[in-house]
Amino acid sequence: MLLITCPWCGPRAELEFRCGGEAHIARPADAMNISDADYARYLFMRKNPKGWHYERWNHAAGCRRWFNALRHTATHEIRATYKPGDRKPEPPR
Amino acid sequence: MSDAGDFRLQTGGRIDRERRMRFFFNGASYVGFDGDTLASALLANGVRLVARSFKYHRPRGIMTAGAEEPNALVQIGSGPRVEPNLRATQVEIFDGLAAASQNCWPGVEFDIGRINDFVSRLLPAGFYYKTFMWPPGFWHLYEWAIRRAAGMGRAADSADPDRYDHRFAHCDVLVAGGGPAGLAAAFAAARAGARVILCDEQNEFGGSLLGGAEKIGGKPGMDWVAGTLETMRWLPAIAMLPRTSAFGYYDHNLVALCERVADHLGEPKPGQPRQRVWHVRAKQVVLATGAIERPLVFADNDRPGTMLAGAARTYLNRYGVICGRRAAVFTSNDSAYAAALELAAAGVEIAAVVDLRVEPGAWGEAAAAKGLRVIAGSAVAAVRGAQAVKAIEVAKLGIDGASLAGGREIVRCDLLLNSGGWTPSVHLFSQSGGRLAYDDALGAFVPGKAAQPQRNAGSCNGAMTLAECLAQGFAAGAQAAEDCGFAPVTPPMPELEPEMQATPARHLWIVPSLKPVGRGGKQFVDHQNDVTAADLRMAAREGYRSVEHLKRYTTTGMGTDQGKTSNLPALAILAEATGASIPAVGTTTFRPPYTPVTMGAMAGRMNGAFLDPARWTPMQRWHVRAGAVFENTGQWQRARYYPLGGEEMHVAVEREVRAARTTVGIFDASTLGKIDIKGPDAGKFLDLIYTNSFSKLAVGRCRYGLMLREDGYVFDDGVTVRLGEQHYLMHTTTGNAAPVLMWLEDLLQMEWTELKVRLTSVSEQFAVVTLSGPFARKLLAELTDDIDLDPKAFPFMSWRTGAAAGIPARVLRVSFTGDLSFEIQVRASYGIALWHAALAAGEKYGVVPYGLEAMHVLRAEKGYIVVGHETDGTTTPHDLGMGGMVADAKPDFIGKRGLRRADLLRPDRKQLVGLRLADGERRPLPEGAQLVDDPGQPIPMKMEGHVSSSYYSPTVGAPIALALVKNGRARLGETLYAPLPGRTAAAMVVAPCFFDPDGKRLHG
Repeated sequence: MLLITCPWCGPRAELEFRCGGEAHIARPADAMNISDADYARYLFMRKNPKGWHYERWNHAAGCRRWFNALRHTATHEIRATYKPGDRKPEPPR
Repeated sequence: MSDAGDFRLQTGGRIDRERRMRFFFNGASYVGFDGDTLASALLANGVRLVARSFKYHRPRGIMTAGAEEPNALVQIGSGPRVEPNLRATQVEIFDGLAAASQNCWPGVEFDIGRINDFVSRLLPAGFYYKTFMWPPGFWHLYEWAIRRAAGMGRAADSADPDRYDHRFAHCDVLVAGGGPAGLAAAFAAARAGARVILCDEQNEFGGSLLGGAEKIGGKPGMDWVAGTLETMRWLPAIAMLPRTSAFGYYDHNLVALCERVADHLGEPKPGQPRQRVWHVRAKQVVLATGAIERPLVFADNDRPGTMLAGAARTYLNRYGVICGRRAAVFTSNDSAYAAALELAAAGVEIAAVVDLRVEPGAWGEAAAAKGLRVIAGSAVAAVRGAQAVKAIEVAKLGIDGASLAGGREIVRCDLLLNSGGWTPSVHLFSQSGGRLAYDDALGAFVPGKAAQPQRNAGSCNGAMTLAECLAQGFAAGAQAAEDCGFAPVTPPMPELEPEMQATPARHLWIVPSLKPVGRGGKQFVDHQNDVTAADLRMAAREGYRSVEHLKRYTTTGMGTDQGKTSNLPALAILAEATGASIPAVGTTTFRPPYTPVTMGAMAGRMNGAFLDPARWTPMQRWHVRAGAVFENTGQWQRARYYPLGGEEMHVAVEREVRAARTTVGIFDASTLGKIDIKGPDAGKFLDLIYTNSFSKLAVGRCRYGLMLREDGYVFDDGVTVRLGEQHYLMHTTTGNAAPVLMWLEDLLQMEWTELKVRLTSVSEQFAVVTLSGPFARKLLAELTDDIDLDPKAFPFMSWRTGAAAGIPARVLRVSFTGDLSFEIQVRASYGIALWHAALAAGEKYGVVPYGLEAMHVLRAEKGYIVVGHETDGTTTPHDLGMGGMVADAKPDFIGKRGLRRADLLRPDRKQLVGLRLADGERRPLPEGAQLVDDPGQPIPMKMEGHVSSSYYSPTVGAPIALALVKNGRARLGETLYAPLPGRTAAAMVVAPCFFDPDGKRLHG
């Protein structure tokens, strides 16, 4: 079970959270004028890296806020958690 | 000698001879002492044969003195208090303990499965895979017989009466293992000021010192243990947990412990749990989990009386038990000599020490000096005696170690100790993600690079002397504390006896026997699963070259012991057979738990009613008293129907439906999801999340909305009420209340952060009483005098506030039955008062409470959809015939673009229709039934659609159904068929509305 630092509440056990999948996926502004293929990429295509991954988490059993995290999918190291709108941190080299 | 056993010494050991314990094993009565394990007490009583092996049902004795025991698996208790798969070596005896061998029938002395041993050539590795695959589909017949033959213990016959707890804990330093290294680490860390948790699986701390004879500071090792524990007891922040196994090492330094609080008492004391699982989140972890002795792989190395040398030493020193009168010792390394010397000193005759090494070195000389006969460069080539060791045959090893040279000597003995070296217990380290490294000298894997904030100390780290163990422990504890921010304190090393000069071990993974491998006596590698060296070689020949495949094919390393004694020899034999190095072959993955954990401990309090919270409406007690039958909707318990005088369900439901259609029905709708939405941008926000428009909805009005996902499919539906200019109340389906709230919060926090909107879940803050039916208005009029109920003043899809039965209420004129209907919302605490008042006032109108099932019939008669019935995550508004609710003119809403995807525009999509059955048919179609054009066509048939809701409709007087049918709206009047088990039902496609199609009742 991961230990996740909510940017508002501090470190909490994973069971308080819910993962919301990949982060930083922009909702197309002009969706009606893009192709089905492009829209499908937005809807369905997600990264599945073995390595650093930006992802969304919700402190569902806590403050109920959403935030972003930079997590390594193989080691589960969480390098950073940050509020929506904050600049996304660079992955470690 | 006393009745406490002929093999018990008069003095010595850590047992309390004053406290005699009577216990039962396989029905026979024995006496042991407080401090005994079941194994030590049985050995003291001379019980050699304790189990039958898994596959060949060979007689087996106790082989070890710890968690690694592969043979002596027992079942404890009876009735509801039963625990199978326990190691007799770990079961503390108590007065009245009843234990039984597991894998034998009819009994351990005479076991019918023994026949397997004589036909073992027919039962090779992978036997099940090779044999029971044919004919196809017969596995379920074989499985029954195989499961009976494989003794896995029996489950309890009724619910476990005991309580199990879970506890969460945080600490600076967790030390797993309370042997010399672990105690040293805990002591150093605690002295530095760190908050420490120290756990050990045994009833006493001390680890190897419990069973050894080493001196520390000139005194017995256990004196040092006692002194260290006493000092630590006075330190402020240390928790010491004996009988507590660290069984799992998870991410971010979470370690799971299982504390056996009351197992040693038989029954827990009042208020005490039987077991407790600790979830420990540690800043730093020190693993001091020790090492496990490996048996040598030689012919018939499983005969009762064959035991690990270290185990015999433990039984002697810790329990005052000698495991035989005349012992032979067979070793590859120095460690067995201590056992030989100590047993000799206790009066056991040592018949011979057979050492694989040509030069046994200092230990060999010490043994010889004490008069022991050391036979160097030799092997045990054969074991005589089937039910118990009677003698061994010793032969010189050839130079290559793969063959025997010269003649055999027969050495009589009743105890055969053996040692193939020590395997560091790297289970937890490996679970933590750490990489293993192979140590040639040890012939074993040791911890390499750590993956978490964690250290290893003592023999789990490859340290094989007491001095090394203590030094590593002190250092690891001090460093762990330092990494937590404390100034390190390294306690001084106590004075130790000089170590004997060590001689390298000779690792011989298969000891040659008189015949080629597989032809002579069985050379067991995995005793628990009856896997022999020959099995492993054959698997390698058959191409199972990956250690993971080898494990699954031969079952080596499986079972309750997970190969604690066998994994390393097995992969070493695979390495030899495939010409690879041991590190290249690698280990199988170590997974939790280290030792079996009971289901009760895993569940903790999450059991029975506590498994999941039950949500009750404020009127729950009335429903219960009225004899309602309940149905779970998620966590909600909802009244499904109210049987009167033993009515069957369909009778009750029909009565309830008829009342709601002819007089008035009353329904508890409190479970509906309710989200209070406030803010200047509330209307704009709702326009974005619903397909239709809400910003222009007038205050005082309600509107039904469809909520899509971004992909265009229906996610949820419900009525949203405009309470004020900047204030709405959204209703969601009961089951989707939480997901909808989360989705809306997600959009506001992550997508439309500029919108000023606040969301509050108020699902449980309001009770909702629905009145539905022709007399609904009359009944409501009895309850309120300050709301104008005239249809013109209070039209359909509007709401008013007022007093209902004197209670402040919001009344919605909405309908989920297709009839005249009002939903009265009051504060939850008033729900039951309103319910009573409405029932009383409604008596003269013939009011009848209706449950969830009647509600479904009523809504299906009207053709109203239920999300999850008529939608399945691939259903669009157009599929449901609700295309008119999609406001394409809005610049944006969730799902707008998704709806334009090519697949969602296909003309042959399934569409919502109604189905009517042939006249006289009273049986509703099963929900989920597939519909076809021609029931005579060959299988697989071409599916035209499926039944989504189906009920008997008392209003129609016939079964009705809603269905999703390909291009259904263009097929009204067509007949479709549902092929069902034993029959085929014909159904005519009709419009999905069976009641009041023009809405006169609804709007009346």
